[in-house]
Amino acid sequence: MSFELFSNLVGAFFTLCIFSFLYKDNPFYQAAEQMLVGISLGYGLVYTYERVFVPYVYQTIVIKHEFVLIIPAVLGILYLFRFSRKLGWLSRYPIAFSMMAVGMGVPMGIHASILVQMRQAMVPIETFNLFLIFLGTIAVLLYFFFSKAHTGAYGKFVNVGKWYMMIGFGASFGLTVMARISLLIGRIQFLVNDVIGMIIK
Amino acid sequence: MKKTIPLLIVIIGGLIWVAWAFSPHYVLQEVFYNQFYLPWVYAMSSFAMLLGVLSLTMMHSAKIKRKAPKWQFSWFFFASFIATCLAGFIGGTQKGGLFMWMFENVQMPMSATMFSLLAFYMASAAYKAFRARSPEATVLLIAAIVVMLAQVPLGVKISKHLPTISQWILDVPNLASKRGIMLGVGLGSVATSLKILLGIERSYLGGGD
Repeated sequence: MSFELFSNLVGAFFTLCIFSFLYKDNPFYQAAEQMLVGISLGYGLVYTYERVFVPYVYQTIVIKHEFVLIIPAVLGILYLFRFSRKLGWLSRYPIAFSMMAVGMGVPMGIHASILVQMRQAMVPIETFNLFLIFLGTIAVLLYFFFSKAHTGAYGKFVNVGKWYMMIGFGASFGLTVMARISLLIGRIQFLVNDVIGMIIK
Repeated sequence: MKKTIPLLIVIIGGLIWVAWAFSPHYVLQEVFYNQFYLPWVYAMSSFAMLLGVLSLTMMHSAKIKRKAPKWQFSWFFFASFIATCLAGFIGGTQKGGLFMWMFENVQMPMSATMFSLLAFYMASAAYKAFRARSPEATVLLIAAIVVMLAQVPLGVKISKHLPTISQWILDVPNLASKRGIMLGVGLGSVATSLKILLGIERSYLGGGD
């Protein structure tokens, strides 16, 4: 048996372990699920150590002697006090430092999610499609405006927003299903070509 | 000390960030952002990963200790976690090593299969929605079917207009609904950010005194 076939057989075994959940929850799936979590965590830890800790903490403090970075390193260690009942409050310091960035979120959020979207929505209505987009945007926005009861003519107009959203969710649903199906095709191709194909050959 | 100083860090730091977004001044762009914030955040973030490791380790060891339902499978978590760490720390992360072999032949096939499983469950959810027989669910499914069929050769064989209709759905009603939702989400996130910045929203500090 070649090393490539052995590697593919290992991959096939774990693929089938996960697929076995389609029949029902079983020990093979449970074991594979826990292994997926364990390997992903180990992978994240090793890469964080290699790509973040070594260049930004170890090398900067020990090799470049930038001792001021001991302060954020100690702040980072304070994260671990989250599990302590008595000293849990210490973990608020690194969290607060991370939360500072919400200050950036205010102007950036206004720009990216509100102003840019409004600018794109406020174009001259030259075609029927542009009219439909404008109508839909207003209707969807009003659908989430709960200060006025959705009744009468206003309620009927607001209801148009619901239909727009249903079409939008349907489109997203269709695209997501297609993405998942392409993954499924990939796994089946792996089992057929790379495993069964290699065994037969 | 326990709540006031973290709150002040958020408020003062947050206001500096607001100034950073508006002003191209050297002190804000270079001294604050490049020389202070980025190196500090990088130095802190590696320890946040340890928090995740510790949290999962504590959860699984407690499960084994209490002999909670399906506790035996927690050993698989520990075994695979330790094996990956040993392979990475001792053997290195270069291609051709055990670490990358485990990623390519164990982690990657399992995560791809896990995501592909969703295709079956989404199909079953679509069937349930269809059985609901509400006009909204029908519209949702019709839009989904048109978009899906337009992406495969079969769709073009059914009708050569299907890709055009699908593109229209994506460009017009889908765009309008996503824009409306995006505006709502934007307004909500800005309001929440302002509440945090002004010290009204403090749930991120956790409970206790």
